[in-house]
Amino acid sequence: MARMKFLCDVERCIECNACVTACKNENEVPWGVNRRRVVTINDGSPGERSMSVACMHCSDAPCAAVCPVDCFYTTDDGVVLHDKDICIGCGYCFYACPFGAPQFPSESAFGSRGKMDKCTFCAGGPEADNSPEEHRKYGSNRLAEGKLPACAEMCATRSLLAGDGDTVSDIFRERVTWRGSSGLAWGWGVAYSKPGLRRGRGVEGKAVGED
Amino acid sequence: MKLVKKQQGSSQRDSGTPLVAGTMDRRTFLKRSGITAGGVAAAGSLSLSMMKRAAATEAPATDVQSKAAKMRTVCTHCSVGCGIYAEVENGVWTGQEPAFDHPFNRGAHCAKGAAVREHGHGERRLKYPTKLVDGKWTRVSWQQAIDEIGDQMLQIREQSGPDSVYWLGSAKHNNEQAYLFRKFAALWGTNNVDHQARICHSTTVAGVANTWGYGAMTNSYNDIHNSQAILIIGGNPAEAHPVSMQHVFRATERNRAPLIVIDPRFTRTAAHADLYMRIRPGTDVPVVWGMLWHIFENGWEDKEFIRQRVYGMDEIRTEVAKWTPDEVEHVAGVPEETVKRAAKIMAEHRPGTFIWCMGGTQHTIGNNNTRAYCVFQLALGNLGVTGGGTNIFRGHDNVQGATDLGVLSHTLPGYYGLAEGAWQHWSKVWDIDYDWLSGRFDREERAGEFFGEEGSDETDKINAMNSKGIPVSRWIDGVLEEKTNIAQRDNLRAMVFWGHAPNSQTRGPEMKKAMEKLDLLVVIDPYPTVSAVMHDRSDGVYLLPASTQFETYGSVTASNRSIQWRDKVIEPLFESLPDHTIMYKLAQKLGFADQLCKHIAVNGEEPLIEDITREFNKGMWTIGYTGQSPERLKQHQQNWHTFDYTSLEAKGGPANGDYYGMPWPCWGTAEIGHPGTPNLYDTSKPVSRGGLNFRARFGVERDGVNLLAEGSYPEGNEIKDGHPEFTADMLEKLGWWGDLTDEEKQAAAGKNWKTDLSGGIQRVAIKHGCAPFGNAKARAIVWTFPDPVPVHREPLYTSRRDLVEKYPSYEDRRSFYRLPTRYGSIQAKDYTADYPLIMTSGRLVEYEGGGDETRSNPWLAELQQDMFAEINIVDANNNGISDGQQIWVESPEGARIKVMAKVTQDGVAAGVVWLPFHFGGHFQGRDLRDKYPTGSDPYVLGEACNTAFTYGYDSVTAMQETKCSLCRISRA
Repeated sequence: MARMKFLCDVERCIECNACVTACKNENEVPWGVNRRRVVTINDGSPGERSMSVACMHCSDAPCAAVCPVDCFYTTDDGVVLHDKDICIGCGYCFYACPFGAPQFPSESAFGSRGKMDKCTFCAGGPEADNSPEEHRKYGSNRLAEGKLPACAEMCATRSLLAGDGDTVSDIFRERVTWRGSSGLAWGWGVAYSKPGLRRGRGVEGKAVGED
Repeated sequence: MKLVKKQQGSSQRDSGTPLVAGTMDRRTFLKRSGITAGGVAAAGSLSLSMMKRAAATEAPATDVQSKAAKMRTVCTHCSVGCGIYAEVENGVWTGQEPAFDHPFNRGAHCAKGAAVREHGHGERRLKYPTKLVDGKWTRVSWQQAIDEIGDQMLQIREQSGPDSVYWLGSAKHNNEQAYLFRKFAALWGTNNVDHQARICHSTTVAGVANTWGYGAMTNSYNDIHNSQAILIIGGNPAEAHPVSMQHVFRATERNRAPLIVIDPRFTRTAAHADLYMRIRPGTDVPVVWGMLWHIFENGWEDKEFIRQRVYGMDEIRTEVAKWTPDEVEHVAGVPEETVKRAAKIMAEHRPGTFIWCMGGTQHTIGNNNTRAYCVFQLALGNLGVTGGGTNIFRGHDNVQGATDLGVLSHTLPGYYGLAEGAWQHWSKVWDIDYDWLSGRFDREERAGEFFGEEGSDETDKINAMNSKGIPVSRWIDGVLEEKTNIAQRDNLRAMVFWGHAPNSQTRGPEMKKAMEKLDLLVVIDPYPTVSAVMHDRSDGVYLLPASTQFETYGSVTASNRSIQWRDKVIEPLFESLPDHTIMYKLAQKLGFADQLCKHIAVNGEEPLIEDITREFNKGMWTIGYTGQSPERLKQHQQNWHTFDYTSLEAKGGPANGDYYGMPWPCWGTAEIGHPGTPNLYDTSKPVSRGGLNFRARFGVERDGVNLLAEGSYPEGNEIKDGHPEFTADMLEKLGWWGDLTDEEKQAAAGKNWKTDLSGGIQRVAIKHGCAPFGNAKARAIVWTFPDPVPVHREPLYTSRRDLVEKYPSYEDRRSFYRLPTRYGSIQAKDYTADYPLIMTSGRLVEYEGGGDETRSNPWLAELQQDMFAEINIVDANNNGISDGQQIWVESPEGARIKVMAKVTQDGVAAGVVWLPFHFGGHFQGRDLRDKYPTGSDPYVLGEACNTAFTYGYDSVTAMQETKCSLCRISRA
């Protein structure tokens, strides 16, 4: 059985935020709720890298483990979803999640916030697939239509990949093969008769190899 | 579906009543159509909390599309031209799906492209014609607005001549609208017509076209797949053209192509570079010549290419020799090792591509910069090859098309210029009497009556028809300058902003003054724009709602010269009308609608788009906009999937062998089926299959030296050497006249490849393997420009006073594009004591241009809510500023803007302040939100950085200087 996964290839992420607005567009998520966002480290310095983050649909999801009303469930595709009819908006999942994925409507004061909202992997919720009720509470159910999440489908550089974990890893493996191993591998320039500059792309954002 | 709530009364700026707009989005639609059940809104659904909800009135369903449809359209933001599938149900834009089969983007988008469906909501749009009456916005009917505007224009024309009305067009128009707009201005009788290309890539077009023939991107985004090295200077495609980065990464990963980024700022593009070179703003020529110094020094240049295809490289060598590693470091601040490394990378990894954007173009010496880039590529032999070229990334979605179609004050469509021959040609295409047309223009009754153009013979009478109009960068001077100093009858008295953001132009305080001095200010746009609010007028302002490109259809030219067809996604929202309909309405009022649409069918008041395409097909011979008939364009649109992702060639299918969008030049008539030219000047293919050589545009000989190509020619060329451009005469001499049909002979007699309306001369030239425009060398020196050899000149407001003597700017000019233009007199004064920091500007991915449209899109606006200045931590500490504080940025001409400080370690160097330019709606510390017509203020407002930018114009095109000025910063 497929297990759905996201993978963000930081060598390609350019922090263009297409994934963020694609999500807003597809699911009509209100201002202040960000099911997905792009995190940048070392902004404006050599070594700057960005990564698009949302719910990672963990195999053993901490949010589900701590939820006092047990509103989380995992679909056959490995997508972690929750039931807004059960959710009490306590925010405990927010503490547990390592990715900051759970979101809460921002118009209310703390303590009286609304039900939790998060990335559904564009897979809706517990209601019947693509029913009006599901659409109203959770947004799109693209998986039920045979499509993948809008964020990954619209990624500018194909940095953000989504789908069956096996397929995603195949794509990423092929990419890594094209890029080559670490530029520091001994003999690289000789073996590939491309001496000099591009022996591989280091994560420091600098060219690896010598003049 | 017409989503117009007609019973709404007039909206007044201070009334405070929420605007009840009959806008509809997908959820509203689902709710109304009974698909969704009612109930309490759960989190994560329904309306945006910050937005005033559209009242759920039941809009009458008129013009409803009966069933769900999937429309093929193209993103309206940048020039990459990303395809989009728009799902439409009952006239409502309900879904946006990625176009995985589109050859440019393969379904990918940036933040803006992924959010275009918001155009179907349009909550912050200008919803009906509005005029300012005693300081209050008052709703008027279309007819009243057109009548009042028209009457005032005709009165101004009577009193001051046609040149006192300025027609400011747009790169947001599709090709048909852009063409019609230029024709409209011509029929009104003025060259005071221009658009954003003036202030984005005009120096590119001038520099590049004068080097080798055509002023456009030579290859394509997709062709970067073949590059072995990529150099980006003055460009940040990760933010400005994000989808282009998928093509760049293809090369960096699969070819291991090194990526070099040269920029004063460590951008998001630089974050992915192998080599980042930080330069002082405005030192492009020193850096490029510095790299070339190493190339010549080491003999890395392509000597055979230069011998066959380049004129004037020796004079370049002399100039380059001055740019020793020490001098480059002294002027640009880059150490020898870095410059040499970049040069070596480009020399060792061929073909390499050279990419530039606004960082290179927006300077007083922009044309020198762009020509230096071209010369660099010529020296390495990187032109006319796949994977090489100068890949100039244009800005707006149709800025290439609007440029090609001549929405410019110095030319007619197709770069024909303004000489009599050009007007004769277009009069013939339009089937309009030349003398009548000529009579529409102003002219001197006695020589010297107008202030003479520089270099013009004072004994000749100026005919405004043949003199370059005022450029958009300087319309404010057209209003404010002494009448006696302007080379036309009177000052500008009416401005028409037809799809233009004024905050994209410099000198804010003077612009405000100019807006206030005008008799009439007309804004035609989907949004009110900053033009509606930045002045303190109380009367004489009209806002007319135009539709977006998703509410009409037509063609659009991407940066790579491919022409794409867009479907209409939805009917015009609210009371908006498509631009070409508004043009027709106005032309009717002004009395030349019959001439405007003489051979264009008019449906009600809407000119037929396809007829407009066919009309420009009939006249655009110079650049080959002739073969792309509406039928062929639609065929390409319906067969996106058949075009190859790298070569853009259709492999099978109905368009088999064509290149996607038939990148111009697509020679001859549509009937000869030319496939388009994917890479310019590529001699490895026959001309009939998209091959080409450099254009013979500058004569055949200079000072006894041959300007034609030597021994280099496209595959299948029967002359097998350089040759001049084709004329009827030349066909006779070559013995090819007989190849013309009788009909073609009649049309071609006495004509040349540019003016033969039958296309016969082009057809026969191509039949014999020849480029119709001749086969010449590129010229490394442009002897007709102020600086024939591109040289460095310090900016007018330079921080390096020690360099002014050695690298001075130009002398002031008496009259340039009808206006006195200052250089040296500004540079003479030292401002550095009071304004010690360099001020420069750039883009953010979430917004585009002046940002009126994108700051009104909640999905985008949420991501960038504050205008900011990026400042180095050293400057921050020296001025007592910490991250997130409000600061004043003040510039030498007295303007000041209040923005948030973004303190950075390395983003910009100490001494440099970087500002994004998309904000507007604040002016020198004042929030203008209450001045917008109710309900149409963008979600995010902020100071326009251009308010603070200062005087300075390119010496060839009058491009504004927005990349080098001075400023000081202080806590607000």
